[in-house]
Amino acid sequence: MPTELAAPEVATRELSYAEAIREALAQAMEADERVFLFGEDVGVYGGAFGVSGDLLQRFGPERVIDTPISELGLAGAAVGAALTGMKPVLEIQFSDFVTLAMEQIVNQAAKIHFMFGGKASVPMVVRLPGGSGTGAAGQHSQSLEAWFAHVPGLKVVQPSTPHDAKGLLLAAIDDPNPVLVFEHKLLYKTKGPVPAEPYRVPIGSAAVRRAGRDITIVAASIMTLRALAAARRLAAEGIETEVVDLRSLRPIDFATIAKSVRKTHRLLIVYEGVKTMGIGAEISAMIAESEVFEFLETPIARLGGADVPIPYNPMLEKASVPQEDDIVAAARRLVLEGIA
Amino acid sequence: MPQMSAIDRNTAAPERPALAALEQEVLRGALMKMHLIRKFEEAAEASYVRGLIHGTMHLSIGQEASAVGSILPLRIDDYILSTHRGHGHCIAKGADPARMLAEFFGKETGYCHGRGGSMHIADIEGGNLGANGIVAGGLPIAVGVGMSIKAQKQDRVCMVFFGDGATNEGAFHESLNMASIWKLPIVFVCENNKYAMSMDIALSMAVRNVTDRASAYAMPAVAVDGNDLPEVAAAARAAVARARSGGGPALVECKTYRIRGHSKSDRNLYRTKEEIETWREADPISRLETEVLTHQRFTRPELAAIEKAAQQRIDEALEFAKASPDPDSAELTRDVYAD
Ligand SMILES: Cc1ncc(C[n+]2csc(CCOP(=O)(O)OP(=O)(O)O)c2C)c(N)n1
Ligand SMILES: [Mg+2]
Repeated sequence: MPTELAAPEVATRELSYAEAIREALAQAMEADERVFLFGEDVGVYGGAFGVSGDLLQRFGPERVIDTPISELGLAGAAVGAALTGMKPVLEIQFSDFVTLAMEQIVNQAAKIHFMFGGKASVPMVVRLPGGSGTGAAGQHSQSLEAWFAHVPGLKVVQPSTPHDAKGLLLAAIDDPNPVLVFEHKLLYKTKGPVPAEPYRVPIGSAAVRRAGRDITIVAASIMTLRALAAARRLAAEGIETEVVDLRSLRPIDFATIAKSVRKTHRLLIVYEGVKTMGIGAEISAMIAESEVFEFLETPIARLGGADVPIPYNPMLEKASVPQEDDIVAAARRLVLEGIA
Repeated sequence: MPQMSAIDRNTAAPERPALAALEQEVLRGALMKMHLIRKFEEAAEASYVRGLIHGTMHLSIGQEASAVGSILPLRIDDYILSTHRGHGHCIAKGADPARMLAEFFGKETGYCHGRGGSMHIADIEGGNLGANGIVAGGLPIAVGVGMSIKAQKQDRVCMVFFGDGATNEGAFHESLNMASIWKLPIVFVCENNKYAMSMDIALSMAVRNVTDRASAYAMPAVAVDGNDLPEVAAAARAAVARARSGGGPALVECKTYRIRGHSKSDRNLYRTKEEIETWREADPISRLETEVLTHQRFTRPELAAIEKAAQQRIDEALEFAKASPDPDSAELTRDVYAD
């Protein structure tokens, strides 16, 4: 499984993360008439975050469908359409509202292939804008990806770059299983190189974003960007950080994490979801259960969301999830003092 | 509005029953609240545009009669449950605009100590069990409030607000059914402003009216011009009286319109300027003012004084909000659990 991105040869073109997703949707719909996009305000409005943009104009109201506010119904409709030959892509307007759709995703989509003895599959994609940082408070800012990563039968990805946003979405649409794509609201406007032609980023492969010998930071989604910014500051102090971008939570690319930790002997895991019972706990345990544990020179450290709903006040909101300064401080502590 | 001559006044038609039913002080209070809501939202919007408030907000400008008229027959100890577009409900139920604005500014003095913002204001002492960031989120809660009122043998009423869009959620249907089978003291108030974000009700609902949906739950339902305060108040009064006397739930559909965009990111791609202008002319505040002037319930200077007092209160509220302290970051996880 490739763990590093092949350096794109002609991808000098830059797109925003939102544009990259839109391009993936357009290319998938062009290539396969079974693919359609539906959700609240994805058509005329162009999506609450402008992701679908002009897709309604380009593909018409039968393939870009504005829906009533009915998340449970929508998720179930995706299951039914996927079960019978279509390839639905459902946008949940804010990932928080997926809580209304849990039943169909967790009880139905995730289990149908197994419970029906492998005789039916549910190739559906759910796109979910998540994360905090927009002042939208407790019901519009959560990072719920770990909930779904807990469910066998689902796949969960979290792109951090425009390149991966496109490549992972195309891979998700190809996949014969239900795939949840957790996008981050603060990433939509970030730009990066995106090849024009369709390509896939394999689900289940992490990417080493920066090589370093002193410490491994495993990060997901926007935390990858913060980890990279922290790594640049740490480099100025002589601490060489390796940054692993998870990209997929389920399946998780443990081999890439293990390889890095063997090299650096230190591990810091950074994610926005609530730290308690979160993805950092799983990765820590995987390390502890493996032979890589022997290579650790310090305890494992985790930075994650505080045990609090995302507060509205901007200072509190920032304080509730890891920031660049927190990452720098935690990495320093681990490398210089050996404590988590 | 042109000044009327004495002759016009003398020959003016008698007040319609819905207006006549409103006593002078009740009417004055209603006008004051509508102005307070309007000025409050204008001040919040201006502060947002100037970058003093972050996040987003959902303004109810144009829908003030629906909020104020519905809540008019409620007592202080009655409950309301509100929506993301809830500033009007909150003020109508008697909340202090200063503490509301402080919440918008994320301050410790705000109703939620800066933790909730515009979408989550609750005024528990005033009977407002909270705005809601989840469409239809308040509806099932209303059922529980109704059960509680009944279990405790109180004569309170719970009024739950929701938009047209919320009626497409399963929660709406489940709630109406339970309220009906258990005869709960709930008044369901749908503020049908034609759109759920960009979604036109003509495209999102299989029936034309939200009232049509109530018939599936054997619930009395009435649709009113939601920009007509006396009509809204009359419909709400009947529903509240019925609920309070043990008659069970009812639904009131206020047909109204939001003049502003859905939230701060709306480019109005789904509706025309002409439509917005048409509804601007149906402004619930100026409509009521015109009518009360016609019937000499208030003089022009009296109306001006009400508006001025409202503006002054909001100006003071803004000062209070700005001058209030921020929350202490050391208390990040305070209040996650009750002690
Ligand atoms: C469960 C859920 N789905 C979607 C949203 C996003 N959203 C917030 S308000 C809104 C439109 C609501 O329409 P309506 O109920 O008619 O109320 P209005 O905004 O018109 O007052 C949408 C889609 C949400 N907050 N909660
Ligand atoms: Mg509406």
